Amino acid sequence: MDKIDKQLLLGAEAVAQAALDAGISGVYAYPGTPSTEITEYIQQSPQAKRAGIRSSWSTNEKTAYEAALGMSYAGKRSMVCMKHVGLNVAADAFMNSAITGVHGGLVVVVADDPSMHSSQNEQDSRVYGKFAMIPVMEPSNQQEAYDMVHYAFNLSEEMQLPVLFRIPTRLSHSRSVIKRSQTRPQNPLNPIANKNAWVLLPANARKNYQQLIDKQPQLVALSEASVFNMERPGEGNKAVIAFGIAYNYVMEVLTTYRLNIPVLKISQYPLPEKRVRQFTERYDCILIAEEGYPVYEELLKGYFGNNKFRGRLDGALPRTGELSPNALARALGVEIATPRDIPEIVAGRPPMLCDGCGHRDLFEAINRALEIYPLRHVFGDIGCYTLGALPPYNTISTCVDMGAAITMAKGAADAGMRPAVAVIGDSTFTHSGITGLLDAVNDGSSVTFIISDNSTTAMTGGQDSAGTGKYIDICKGIGVDEAHIRIVVPLKKNLDQNVAVLREEFDYDGVSVVISQRECVQTGIKRKKKKAQQD
Amino acid sequence: MKKNIILSGVGGQGILTMAAVIDLAAMNLGLYVKQAEVHGMSQRGGAVESHLRISSEEIYSDLIPQGKADVILSLEPMEALRYLPFLSPEGVIITAKEPYKNIPNYPDETELLQTVEKTATHVLVEAARLAKQAGSPKTYNIVMLGAAAPYLDIDHQELERAITQYFSAKGESVVNMNLKAFRLGLPNN
Repeated sequence: MDKIDKQLLLGAEAVAQAALDAGISGVYAYPGTPSTEITEYIQQSPQAKRAGIRSSWSTNEKTAYEAALGMSYAGKRSMVCMKHVGLNVAADAFMNSAITGVHGGLVVVVADDPSMHSSQNEQDSRVYGKFAMIPVMEPSNQQEAYDMVHYAFNLSEEMQLPVLFRIPTRLSHSRSVIKRSQTRPQNPLNPIANKNAWVLLPANARKNYQQLIDKQPQLVALSEASVFNMERPGEGNKAVIAFGIAYNYVMEVLTTYRLNIPVLKISQYPLPEKRVRQFTERYDCILIAEEGYPVYEELLKGYFGNNKFRGRLDGALPRTGELSPNALARALGVEIATPRDIPEIVAGRPPMLCDGCGHRDLFEAINRALEIYPLRHVFGDIGCYTLGALPPYNTISTCVDMGAAITMAKGAADAGMRPAVAVIGDSTFTHSGITGLLDAVNDGSSVTFIISDNSTTAMTGGQDSAGTGKYIDICKGIGVDEAHIRIVVPLKKNLDQNVAVLREEFDYDGVSVVISQRECVQTGIKRKKKKAQQD
Repeated sequence: MKKNIILSGVGGQGILTMAAVIDLAAMNLGLYVKQAEVHGMSQRGGAVESHLRISSEEIYSDLIPQGKADVILSLEPMEALRYLPFLSPEGVIITAKEPYKNIPNYPDETELLQTVEKTATHVLVEAARLAKQAGSPKTYNIVMLGAAAPYLDIDHQELERAITQYFSAKGESVVNMNLKAFRLGLPNN
């Protein structure tokens, strides 16, 4: 291999570097595993700093998406990054941006998490791409991810559409050697000329929607010609269609066991119809290898089920979870030795809250405070503190989606539950909790919202939190009675006092907010280290 | 050449640093590298692993197939056994002897080490003692890298060069301490 101009990068970092080289003017994102490292890379890149690339964190995925779209409207290239469930938050903007179209290139990077390593579900973002009728790119490896970002920006500008760029955890969080290509400058400021085109009033929206539909044959034609969709010839009547990273697992098996099975690799959507038809007509048994949902397996099988297509639906591959070389080997009929079992002596070691974490003392206080009530339900949310659902605390009863603690506690209060208690992190509160708080205030609900404020987005590695230093003002501004905005410091020595504050607010017939403030132990260590280096 | 290495331990123990040094050495040699990491929730004191593959030929899968790892390099004895399904029949387990006990039901240590001994070809390392001898408990992971060096098919000098490169930003004393840790970890030291 050539030693010049190569770097060892995570897939996420390869995407980031490629976007810089492709001439973006800004990246917009809310942290979320496995997508966080894309934006972090740009934030730390000297190249981005020199070029003045906008890169600080957004409050949530929707604000991120809309800002990226605004940058595109102004004629510049922008990238927006999120985890798969983040696209649910941004879905309104996402779907409609397919109708407005884009001006400067807009690439939407969505990192899916099959097997739910760090997520609540394993939804497949390609479905969203199909839903919005926009091109989807799905690289199979890190180098291809780098190369495809350039291509995706060109495609976006050529077709005037956002391009969905899907990477799974395994590609995002795996390092490989990357060769960079040439860099190009940013676009100049060049706002859209036809000012009416992006006004989605019904009359315009119908016209734009028709245009989107009219673009579909051209998108298919581009997929037919794409270098990222290619056929690897072979022999026999069995074949594989491998999508995105599944191609790697297939190739691992074919090279290891010297199998000469034909493979059609798909990395650009919509499906190249002609290529797929010609390929499928030639073989009797075709394994559909997809990472995530059996989206195209279902489509190719058809409503009544053509049995020559095999995959996740008929058990040839596991129905859930991420693919693996072993799963593909089995599906391709390779006899593999049964792996050794994990010895019985090995105990589970689940993730847990750090020693010295303020959430620990908060959960202890909540549990103590609730002891005197017959109903002890705490609505939880997404972050490190979700671990409060596990022993030894068992404090939290729910974790659904960002901000749901607030609104679910409100709904339970409406149903008559007392006390109705929610625990939400500071970053999750600003992400999606504020609007729910306004609902509760307007309704005069009897709820206690505990904001566990550790001044950071801790779960994803300590990114800036949008509301740091503003929580009291936010709650006051929304209309929470000042007497019922309470500050506690979750420390052992304050336990009795904190329990008393919580009980006072649990008993209050109205909206109360308890802000539990203590710096994240991890960011504290980092901050002290940084300070020591500066001194 | 082709090496499949599972790195294991507990979040915060320094697996990724160990991986980064091996990556760097392999890249310096012009080899293909793939290294899958764990980020996110599992890093909070949970079990963590990294699949590291180096090869003179193109590598496809980011994950090592089960039964195909040449080496399990673990910073903790129980974590070494957790990835046994990945170890090839001829594979080697190289693990630190010292347990990391952050769970209430941690198994009996003697029984644990006995299980390692009867499971596979193994190297047990008193990593904590050697790290202290090198100058800091933090060099624990680099001691373990030294212990694994003969099994990685990478020249010792190349690994030392990678250690120097990796730690250079932290100053000469940190570099020297880690070089010392690496040498203390090497067998017959």
